Order: sequence, then structure tokens, then C-alpha cells
Amino acid sequence: MGAEKVVVVGAGMVAQRFVQSLRAGDAEGRYAIDVIGEETFAPYDRVALTSFFSKAGPEDLLLGDQALWDDPAVTLRRSTRATAVDREAATVSLDTGERLTYDHLVLATGSSAWAPPLPGIDLPGVFMYRTLDDVAGMQAWVRERQAVVGRPVRGAVIGGGLLGLEAAGALQSMGATATVVEFADRLMALQVDKSGGEALKSLIERLGVKVKTSLATTEVVADAEGRAGTLRFSDGSEQLVDVVVFATGIRPRDDLGRGAGLAVGERGGIVVNDTCLTEDPRVSAIGECAAAAADGHLSIGLIAPGNAMADVTAHRLLGREEAYLGADTATKLKLLGVDVASFGDAFATTPGALEVVYSDPFSGAYKKLVMTDDASTLLGGMFVGDASAYAQLRPMVGAELPGDPSSWILPEGAAPRPELELPDEATVCSCNNVTAGTIRHAVNEDGVHDLGELKACTTAGTACGSCLPLVKKILTTELGKAGIEVSQALCEHFELSRAQLFSAIQVAGLTTFSEILERFGTGHGCDICKPTIGSILASIYNGHVLADDRAALQDTNDRVMANMQKDGTYSVVPRIPGGEITPDKLLVIAQVAKDFDLYTKITGGQRIDLFGARLEQLPQIWQRLVDAGMESGHAYGKSLRTVKSCVGSTWCRFGVQDSAGMAIRLEERYRGLRSPHKIKVGVSGCARECAEARGKDVGVIATEKGWNVYVGGNGGFAPVHAQLLVEDADEETAIRAIDRYLMLYIRTADRLQRTAPWQAEYEGGLDAIREVILDDSLGICADLDAHMVHHLDTYEDEWAAVLADPDRLKQFTSFVNAPDTADPSLAYVEERGQRRPATASEKVQLVGAATATTHPEEN
Amino acid sequence: MTPASAIATRTVVCAYDDLTPDLGVAALVGGVQVALFRLDDGSVRAVQNLDPFSDAHVMSRGITGSRGDVPTIASPIYKQVFSLITGECLVTMDKQPRAGHAADLAVYPVTVDNGQVIIDLVSAA
Repeated sequence: MGAEKVVVVGAGMVAQRFVQSLRAGDAEGRYAIDVIGEETFAPYDRVALTSFFSKAGPEDLLLGDQALWDDPAVTLRRSTRATAVDREAATVSLDTGERLTYDHLVLATGSSAWAPPLPGIDLPGVFMYRTLDDVAGMQAWVRERQAVVGRPVRGAVIGGGLLGLEAAGALQSMGATATVVEFADRLMALQVDKSGGEALKSLIERLGVKVKTSLATTEVVADAEGRAGTLRFSDGSEQLVDVVVFATGIRPRDDLGRGAGLAVGERGGIVVNDTCLTEDPRVSAIGECAAAAADGHLSIGLIAPGNAMADVTAHRLLGREEAYLGADTATKLKLLGVDVASFGDAFATTPGALEVVYSDPFSGAYKKLVMTDDASTLLGGMFVGDASAYAQLRPMVGAELPGDPSSWILPEGAAPRPELELPDEATVCSCNNVTAGTIRHAVNEDGVHDLGELKACTTAGTACGSCLPLVKKILTTELGKAGIEVSQALCEHFELSRAQLFSAIQVAGLTTFSEILERFGTGHGCDICKPTIGSILASIYNGHVLADDRAALQDTNDRVMANMQKDGTYSVVPRIPGGEITPDKLLVIAQVAKDFDLYTKITGGQRIDLFGARLEQLPQIWQRLVDAGMESGHAYGKSLRTVKSCVGSTWCRFGVQDSAGMAIRLEERYRGLRSPHKIKVGVSGCARECAEARGKDVGVIATEKGWNVYVGGNGGFAPVHAQLLVEDADEETAIRAIDRYLMLYIRTADRLQRTAPWQAEYEGGLDAIREVILDDSLGICADLDAHMVHHLDTYEDEWAAVLADPDRLKQFTSFVNAPDTADPSLAYVEERGQRRPATASEKVQLVGAATATTHPEEN
Repeated sequence: MTPASAIATRTVVCAYDDLTPDLGVAALVGGVQVALFRLDDGSVRAVQNLDPFSDAHVMSRGITGSRGDVPTIASPIYKQVFSLITGECLVTMDKQPRAGHAADLAVYPVTVDNGQVIIDLVSAA
């Protein structure tokens, strides 16, 4: 155990970051860390507090790898409060009566919600918005009142800043009404100016939230039962309420520091220098409880600066001197679904600064760039309603902005936007603070020409990964400048890219991996090129994925036509086209799940997933499903997954077309179509868009006149809304457009590239794709159509085909020498009436050391 | 720990013809799960079936291939790549093996005798 004791007071996000950062650099175990937290939870994501309402429970908000708290060098004390610090004796007293000695003390006590001392603020039904307990209490209160009052619960939020708007969103999501009351003349006064505030107000009011500005709350008046019942305002007006949330600001929690005689800033916060040390060289303060020199001795209520202070402090303890350079107050938020962003000198305080403003009366968006007096250099910007240009512009602060600045704030496509060359000092990876210059240096001076190596040597993109497209673009641009061709090679065995291989295989008419490897590749192949070629062969010829020599090409899931789970068992998903299923089929699925004891869960794609099937059980399970008229759902394939739909005009009062019928038609058309990545489709019966079709690769939305087809949508890691391909089309026209779009994607996309990035990177973008598939600009439409006809003519249910083939069935055995024995290492525990895989520690109890003997030389 | 004496168990697991080139199978040898591969050069390789990075017994269901001249097997769960000659983990995918497991796979000697595939497992007496 470490010789030096580090005590961290506070167990919030910044404390978590500090511990993680210190442990990551302390392999030899120099430090033993004690973390003191007053909440009952391990550190959680306070920024995402509002998502508590949409998640299963508090555990979904926990931060980072929970194994950190099992680390023997780390002791986390929950529900424990530090009461005093004695700097002389170097001890921290706890409310448990214990006293911890420290070699280094890190104060990370954060801040607390502050509310004005109004009459009635302590009444039941009044809440703060700061901790998980706050939001859980508020949720319980709203539910309870809801059950009693028999009308929507009346909610009010005092404070129109970030947290206030989050709280309003939370109230709305619980079915309560929400009125936001703000003392200043506008919402988000720290981030937006007067006009921006107006735009934000009207956008938020469109969402059903009432907004009152320039109004002070003077009293919360109790109702007859002593609960919060009425709000009274400075202009004498009143409002009835059932729940009140105060989000009127935060104050640094610096009392431990004060008590220990440490200096505090004028507006609170423990004073620290550029290395986050207080005047006592054994005591640091980080996060919102600190007032850093670089921030003008003000506490900053944002997470990024807190993380930076945590890293600076951890690295200092590890012997690396770094300085905290102050907070970048640039912010981009999504409040109630409305984008709000500001960066740089957003309020145009620089002398002579020019403001270039665009407000869109139709969409309600407000956008502003602040430029130097000669309109050449970007100083800052502000976006309300549409912040799509924020990511590109923020790193350009202080740099010359080429072209007409208004091109960046006019609606996309209204004026051409020049290509931006990031200045060297622009931060590309904000998690690890890597600049464009560092990346360029690595490419040009150190000769790093591979994205993986570039990540490793610069650390860019190794934390959250969201900057990787930007890193890749810089790499490609720099290599292009140096005249170096960027390798498109699939892997060490094939020099060609997926798209090149696709046409090569098609033109040469090759049908087996060995022929293709001999003709175009080297070596024996690998886990990258084999599944890619397996997929290309399936796309071109639509043969069975397990036929001939193809079984050995298939990746994990395709290999046995089921989805492998973490313990090596599989989940099974029968196709339920359009989410429509007869009660009889439901009964069959239920009986199969019961008979094989399968954990059962409804998927996001309107189907039913059955978990925990062993390899050797798959044929028996599928025999039952196939006998009942069901077929493979291809949940395991890089292929069409589902076509999600709403019920449509056959039942719905608002539907204008038969969306369920259309969805079934599409699902039966594209089922089994192998592609570079999975494909999801959605069909909505009216503009209310209940099927969330615009988040799909292909989204079809009914109009009064026909169908709108949207393409290139994506959920997941980088959500993108699908864009309009054709408008008001009849069914046949819509289907033809989708046929060709999918076929063009299958032929030309990169390996594992979803439609959204494919469409964005296709030369000429969606406009060019539209010309190819609607105007036949390349003369390939007949070919694309024929390819789809071939797919339709040759479709067979993969699982029915396997069940009819004894040779392929042989692959579904547990052990070649014990085909009736199940994998003895599998272990399950029951949870909520179903089984789930046992965790490592549960497993030790269940199966003991039975599986530990694997090394022949041991024991 | 030094075993008092070591006993080599020869176990016939299957016929050579039961193996499909490049498609692994699992075998149960004295309580130990083994993954067997017949490579396209005709040779047979055996490694532990336990994937050290996921704690699941799945290596037999991975994809065979090569890195340079070394025949390899990739884990079907998190895609780590291992040498089929030495068991060495060649690509970790930036991950650590699960607690209590080495990153490399144990390799077992295989012989093909008279059309039978035989594994020699050494265990403590």
C-alpha cells in the first residue's frame, strides 16, 4: 500500500476525475487515496442530472469505470461528511468521529444550490436542483401530487439559467406544466444577449413552457394543507403552483477551507495558484470550490475547467509540473431540445468589434458572429436554435476567417462556406487538450501517417473520440499537401478499399474467398478482410452466409446467425415485420422463451430478443420458430435490421397513410440484404413522426399527397437527422428511390461505414447521390435496379436453410467430443423474475474454481 | 508451486476429418475447454478456449487468419488477436485481460495419428 496518504474531500465529478487521473499514472502505488463523499452514491454525472428521468435509475449516471472504487489503493467513504481540517496536525475530522491524517489534501467540495431567503422557501413542494436526491424527491412529489389533483401538476421554476431550463424540461417530461420565472431581462443571461434571449424565449414557448422575465419572486405562499400553493411576484401578481424548483445559482462550498484559515475569494471559493495549490503547499482545491488565479479568483461552474484542475493536481503529485490556464467559457448546450452556444467575445466587448447578426423569423434561430473592426478576424459568436457551425468556428477564435462571415450564419446552402484551415493553436481534442499544431507536427515532422499511431503519440481522440473525424481530416489534408497518397488498404492482406474490392470481385465474377485472396491479396486473411469479403459476396450473389467456404469468413454473429453476448451465449430475434405480430405468434415466442429459460426483452426496433441460448440450442429454438411461420430477423447481420413503424391511418385518428402496411412491404423487400453496416428503416403515418424515422438510415414519412423519403439518419454515437431525398412521392416512386439509394450505398461505402458518414463523404454529397439515383447521371440505374431484383428473386430464410442441411447443423455443437455437454462455465442468477449472467464475484460462489485450470503447466 | 509429479494425459478428441478448414471447434479435455483449429495448410492447432479478455469460453468461434507469417485467431468478443503458434496476444485492442488471467493463451500440443486428433494435457498428480 502507498506510503503517502492523499485525502480527497468531496466525491463529485471532479473528485472522480482526480482519482482516475492519479491512479492512471501511479502504477507503482506510491499513493493511498481516501475519498470522502456525503452523498449515498459513488460519483455521478451531475451534468446529466436531467437524464435521471429518462434512465432506469441512479446507477446509470455513475461516472467512469466502477472498478476504480474496488482498487485497493482507493477507499471511497460514502454518506460521510468531513467536518474540519487541522492543517497543523495534517488531519481531517469526519462526522463518524474518525480522524484521517494526510500528506496531501485535495478539497473538491464543489458548490451548493443557493436560493434567496424568501418566505415560504422551506414549504413542502419546494425543491432545489443540484443532487440526485433533489431530483428523485422532486419526481416522487410530482408523481404523488399527480395522483391526487387529477389535472396536470402545475410547476414553476425560479431562475432562467442553464439549470432552470433543465429543470423546466424535467418537469415537462414528468407531465407537469412549467413556467420559468427569471429576474433578469432575458433567459440564459450569461450566455446570450438581449436578442438571443428573445429568440430563446420564443423557441422555448413553442415547446409549451411559459417564460416570465424581469420578474422577482417575493414569496411562496402555503395552501390549506401547508404545501407550496401560490407564488407571489414583485409586480403584485400571483400564480398557483403544486411544485416549485429553485435554480437561482450556486455558491462555492468553501467552509472547510475557511475553517482551516485558508484565503477565500471575494465571491467565495478557496484561493489557489496556477498549480491549484492553496497557500498551504500540502492542500489543493479543485473544481467549483476553488477560485483559481487564472480565472481572476472566481469560481467557475463548469465541468471542463474542474477536470483540467483535477488533472493538473494529479500530474503535480506524479511529478509533472503543469499550469491551469483558466476556463474556456465556450459552451454548447441543448436545452429542451433547443441549441444554445456561445464562445469567445460573444458580447462584443472588444473595442470596435463588429457584430454580424442573422435571425430567421421562420425557424426562430438567432445567430451572431463577432469580428474585428475590419471584419477579418473572428472574435466570438453566439447561436440560439441552430448551433451547427459552432464546432467548426470555435477553434477559429483569433484567426482570420476567410470569405464572407455571413456565410456561416445564413441557412446552410444559402451562401458557399469556404474550407476552413484550423490555426495551429486551435484545440482539436478538448478532452486531452491537443492542438491542431501538435497533430500537424506529428504528421509532418515525426512521420506519423497512420490514424492509430497518430492517436497513440498525440493522445488526440483517445478519450471520448468525438474529435476523430477532425483528426482524420487533418491527417489526410497534411498528407495530401505532402503529396503522400493516403492508404485505402483494407488490412495487411488487401491493398484495395472495400469499394474497390466490391467492383473488382463483381467484375471478375469471383465467388470464393480463396480465389479473391489469390487474385487480389496476400497471406491468409484476418478478422478484418474475411468478414468484409463475406459481406461483399453476400451483397453481390445473395448466397447463404454459411455455404461453401463462407462460414469461416463470418464475424462473431453471422458465424452462427445469432448475437453473441458477453458470456458467449447468444440472443435470438425472430423477424416481426413493421412490429406487427399476431397473438398466436406471440404465444409461440413466449413458449419457446419459457421452455429454454431465455431472458426476454423488447428491443428498440419493435421486436423481441431472447437471451441466453447456448450454441447447441440455436437449431432447436429456430426449428420451433420456423415451424410457427417465423423467420430470421437478421439482428446479427450487417444488413437490414428492422422497419419501425407507427400504426398509421388504419387505426390512428391522425394518420394520413398506412404506415404499418408500408413498413411491412419495405421490411419484406430488404430483409436479408447484406450491406457495409446495419441498416435501419422507419415509417411514420403522419408528420407527428411517432416512428422516429428521421433517426434511421432510411425514413419514410407520410404526407397528404404521398411519402417523403429521408436518408442518412443515424442514432448512436453521432446522431444525425436524415435528409430529404424525394418529396410527396407515390409508393412505387418512393420504393424505387430507396432501392437505388441502398444499392449505391452497398457498392460504394467503406467497411463498417453507416449511411450518414457515407452520404456526407460521397463526392458532391446528397445532391450528387440524388443525381445518380434519380437523374441517372452515371447511367447505372438499370444496373442498381437489376441488382435489387436479383436480391428479391434469391431471398431465402437463412435459418430455414440451415435446419434443412445436416452438414451446416454440425457446426452448432458445444464440444466436438461431448456434443451433449453444455459449457460448464456458464452461471446465472435471477433478477426481476428472469435470469442474467452472474458477475465475476457471483460466479466464484456459483461455480467455484472449476474453470480456473487452463494453463497446463500450472497446478 | 511445483507439482509432485506431472502426468501427461493423451486424449483423442475427434477424427481429423471432423474438422473443417478454418472453422474452430471446442473440445472438453479432462475438464479443460480447448479450442481446435485445422488451418488451410492442413496443420491442427490447439489453444485454451477461454478468452482472457472476456472470461467467456469462445476462442473456438473466432476467425483464423495471419499476421505476417504467424497464423492467428481473433477473439469473437472484443477482437484481440493471438498467435496460434505461441498463444501470444499480438493485438490487445487497448484492453487489459480480466483479473486473474494472463493476456496470452495457453497452447496445447496436438498430434494427428491414424486420422485421430490427439491432445496432450499435462496436469498435476
